[in-house]
Amino acid sequence: MSLPAKLAELLEDLKLVEDRNDRLLTLIDFADRFQDVPAHIALRPFSEANHVHRCESDAYVFSEPVGDDGVKFHFAVENPQGISAKAMAVILDETISGENPDIIASVPTDIVYQIFGKELSMGKGQGLMGMIELVKILAKKAKVEKLASSVE
Amino acid sequence: MKTLPISERGYTNADILVTTEWVAEHKNDPNVRLVESNEDILLYVSGHIPGAIQVDWTTDLNDPLTRDYLVAEKFADLMTRIGVTPDTTVVFYGDKSNWWAAYALWVFSLFGHTNVRLMDGGRAKWEAESRELTREIPKFEATAYPLPTRDDSLIRAFRDQVLEHVRANRKLVDVRSPLEFTGERLHMEDYPNEGALRGGHIPGAQSVPWARAANEDGTFKSAAELQAIYLDEKGLKKDDDIIVYCRIGERSSHTWFVLAHLLGFEKVRNYDGSWTEWGNLVGAPIERP
Repeated sequence: MSLPAKLAELLEDLKLVEDRNDRLLTLIDFADRFQDVPAHIALRPFSEANHVHRCESDAYVFSEPVGDDGVKFHFAVENPQGISAKAMAVILDETISGENPDIIASVPTDIVYQIFGKELSMGKGQGLMGMIELVKILAKKAKVEKLASSVE
Repeated sequence: MKTLPISERGYTNADILVTTEWVAEHKNDPNVRLVESNEDILLYVSGHIPGAIQVDWTTDLNDPLTRDYLVAEKFADLMTRIGVTPDTTVVFYGDKSNWWAAYALWVFSLFGHTNVRLMDGGRAKWEAESRELTREIPKFEATAYPLPTRDDSLIRAFRDQVLEHVRANRKLVDVRSPLEFTGERLHMEDYPNEGALRGGHIPGAQSVPWARAANEDGTFKSAAELQAIYLDEKGLKKDDDIIVYCRIGERSSHTWFVLAHLLGFEKVRNYDGSWTEWGNLVGAPIERP
């Protein structure tokens, strides 16, 4: 299955950014747009089910159904120094939110290296991939819940 | 508990630690170069101490091909680029309680640049004190840094030396988490398995997780507190020949700094191959409790 259109477009755009510093500045622009999960979606303390494993920035992912069959994602990043996690959260929200769960579930986790560059430390890379994994799990869960509600 | 001023903590080499206040006062000092070293590649760009330049542990300090540090010519190039002369006082700070800053300080020491300091508490303390951060990347006039000699013999250990060390029953300090030490985990909690095929520790190693040397705010514990851990509890002596290791050598740089600089141990080497090498090395002896 092909990537969500906005995500594919972002990856193509990032390929054109050859200078490492320009890439980092682009990612900082994303991080600057980070917004904490709204109170109507989740309140602290958050559920462990929303906690991203292997993420040293203590990130959480939440989902809500939107439109006919879309899913929107919200994020919390508890470590104030979790800039990469914040950038990743905004990228996922802006490129994946609203998409169909099947499309979301097909997103490969290793796109983090296309986004952040291959010099990403393994620890940091695994944490960011963990965010995508949880997004995919929540998308699949949303699909199952929608099917269950339609049967009822 | 209130942290004592650095000068009252009883360190052997107290001058190697500086406070956030000291850094704030010296941010425009031409003889001081502030260097930020982080794990998170976005952190420096998102904001840093005014006047600080970034030295990245992957792109600046490591050879891109061989698993080794940069060669002398590249180190001189780096010093030239960041405007450092042999007389410049280089002050390191960074994320993760200064892991990477201590690692960079250790690499600089390999090249004989020993006019170095570490900012106590690292980046987190600076931020917690709501001190100024900027996104302006400083530019420095290129310096002429003489070609250094990298000396790996004094503070770095290689696998064959570690094996010899084990056979001679000399002291080793494993600074990883307790579960990594016992072999229940192949990696730090919340961290990936970085390719180690076996779990456990190097025979004879004592477990002293790096974080035991730090206070909650990332500052270093006093010499008395550190001595209680490393000397009284673990029985290390200041004239012991000691090798420290972790997973890739970054956490153990923190402990190397504590033992060598704060407590004045005479011979401490950092085994940067660490568990990612030892845990994969064919035939290397491993111990599990």
